[in-house]
Amino acid sequence: MSYSEIVSKVPVDALLEITRRASPESVKAVLSRGKASGLEDFARLISPAADSSLEWQASLAQGLTTKHFGKVIRLFAPLYLSNECINTCKYCGFSMRNRIPRVTIPVTQVVEETRKLARQGFRSLLLVAGEHPRHVSNGYVEECIRACLDLMPSIALEVGPMETEGYVPLVQAGCEGLIVYQETYNRECYRTLHTAGPKKNYDWRLDTPERAYDAGFRRIGIGALMGLHDWRYEALMLAAHAQYLTRHCWKAQLSVSFPRMRPASGGYEVNSSHVIRDREMVRLVTALRLLLPHASFVLSTRESPDFRDGMMRLGITQMSAGSSTEPGGYSSFDETAWKASESAGGEQFVIADDRSPAEVASMIRKSGYDPVWKDFDQSLVA
Amino acid sequence: MAIESAMEPLVIAGRQFPSRLLLGTGKFPSNERMRETIEASGTGLVTVALKRASLSGKDPYADILEFIDPAKVLVLPNTAGAMNAEEAIRIARLAVAAGLPSWVKLEIHPDPNYLLPDPIETLKAAEVLVKEGFTVLPYINADPVLALRLQDVGCATVMPLGSPIGSNRGIENRAQIAIIIEQARVPVVVDAGIGMPSHAAAAIEMGADAVLVNTAIAVAGDPVRMARAFALAVEAAEMARGSGQPAPVSWKASPTSPLTAFAN
Repeated sequence: MSYSEIVSKVPVDALLEITRRASPESVKAVLSRGKASGLEDFARLISPAADSSLEWQASLAQGLTTKHFGKVIRLFAPLYLSNECINTCKYCGFSMRNRIPRVTIPVTQVVEETRKLARQGFRSLLLVAGEHPRHVSNGYVEECIRACLDLMPSIALEVGPMETEGYVPLVQAGCEGLIVYQETYNRECYRTLHTAGPKKNYDWRLDTPERAYDAGFRRIGIGALMGLHDWRYEALMLAAHAQYLTRHCWKAQLSVSFPRMRPASGGYEVNSSHVIRDREMVRLVTALRLLLPHASFVLSTRESPDFRDGMMRLGITQMSAGSSTEPGGYSSFDETAWKASESAGGEQFVIADDRSPAEVASMIRKSGYDPVWKDFDQSLVA
Repeated sequence: MAIESAMEPLVIAGRQFPSRLLLGTGKFPSNERMRETIEASGTGLVTVALKRASLSGKDPYADILEFIDPAKVLVLPNTAGAMNAEEAIRIARLAVAAGLPSWVKLEIHPDPNYLLPDPIETLKAAEVLVKEGFTVLPYINADPVLALRLQDVGCATVMPLGSPIGSNRGIENRAQIAIIIEQARVPVVVDAGIGMPSHAAAAIEMGADAVLVNTAIAVAGDPVRMARAFALAVEAAEMARGSGQPAPVSWKASPTSPLTAFAN
């Protein structure tokens, strides 16, 4: 059995109703127990009624995170391999129909950029690519992994979904994490946003984490792109998916992301009723922490410096820093200032926090946390 | 003070340690705080996750070991992150190759959430590592039979958890741990779940040879002060143990006519 077979059983409408009708008292009843015992509790914690007790909720989330993860933020760098893509996704800068310069960087350049990132301190790398079987073949991805492992003891992937058999050689090459966002959990919305390419298939994408787990990945990342549909719907479905994976893929460390839409090529306009505001993000992240005390939560450079600095203390456990979202982007980075000296305009989205890795690490330390660069060793697996 | 002479030192695999408090090094707000905490605790043994260290030479971005003085404390590499025996064995071997002591805290947890130890894989790995000359300190569930099996293969200690790691719940497996202590031929270290100095004291009072504490100290508002508090609690319990048995707790009155008087 896979998740796509039972996802329709998530009582999302009833849960949304709880979110709409929750009273401040029902929220406080959950908070007084110190955790969300299930999706109904979670629905209450993301409700408008939870706003008046947000400070309490945040402090519980902080306590749980510190207890399970310590005063530690793990840092990683995304490295974009390719913006070639055969999918048409209306919101994505890499969408096939967008007229942007297309590039897949050669393995030698991947290694050069990785070396640069390693000099900045990174020991954990996320390889990202559009979905294109010819330009981003499994062989190419495997070669990139093998070529970078000496510099990066931990490598994760965010590439087009594959069959389990496709993932196995990548795990054997030393890759330990697989990230795949459902983007939107709403089937109808998903259908209208993904009009061409293999990504059209909602169920195939939804079952990707389980295929990755079967192939032996140790870290599985899921997420919803906030801004495509009602954020409460996405939050509830993301939480349900996370709960399922925690039970069924029990050996994997689960990470959860909640990226908010950023300006990108293609000019997709977010429906104003789908926007999740900062205070609602705090509600979402802290509520998720009360439901999923052990999951890693990721916050990328999509978010502004101020927001990241605040969220870091409220449940986030992993952050990227100094990111380029353009294939070959780091090649033009000045290593001292860590800023791009030029851009070909082939980025996936525009980042909001362009501080250098050293600046972010220094902010983490100032907040009383330890920036951890290395938390995995290849000797465990090979 | 004179009372110190009444205390027996902790000895593991022939090596003497100055304190019955052992420390973990995860979760600290900085390596500098960790160093100060180790110092304040008076411990002679700290465990370090190999996955966080650099095994291939110095690395300023993975330099946790630089903050621990091996002249003052024994660095006990641990295999955290290993999901099975094979992985634990491999990383233990690499640690030795990288110049670390051939002591290993064997911890194998396939479940990344509760980090509960896998008994089957732990026994398998212990067999191999002991044969290869490692001093093996296995982290286990409070399972007395497993503890005996691990002693049979030559482990230097057994380290049962008091309650799930990081839970700060204290000793919830009291009955099982009491059996492990009663049957032990090696030092018993209560590892995991100890959340307060009183928990540490309780472990020593019930006969454990040492306690290993991490979360409760590392995430405290003031880790240095908390480490000191734990050290004092352990010392107090140890002193009490060395001061003769107190009268057993009993709510029963003694019978006025002794039951056995007829046999005098």
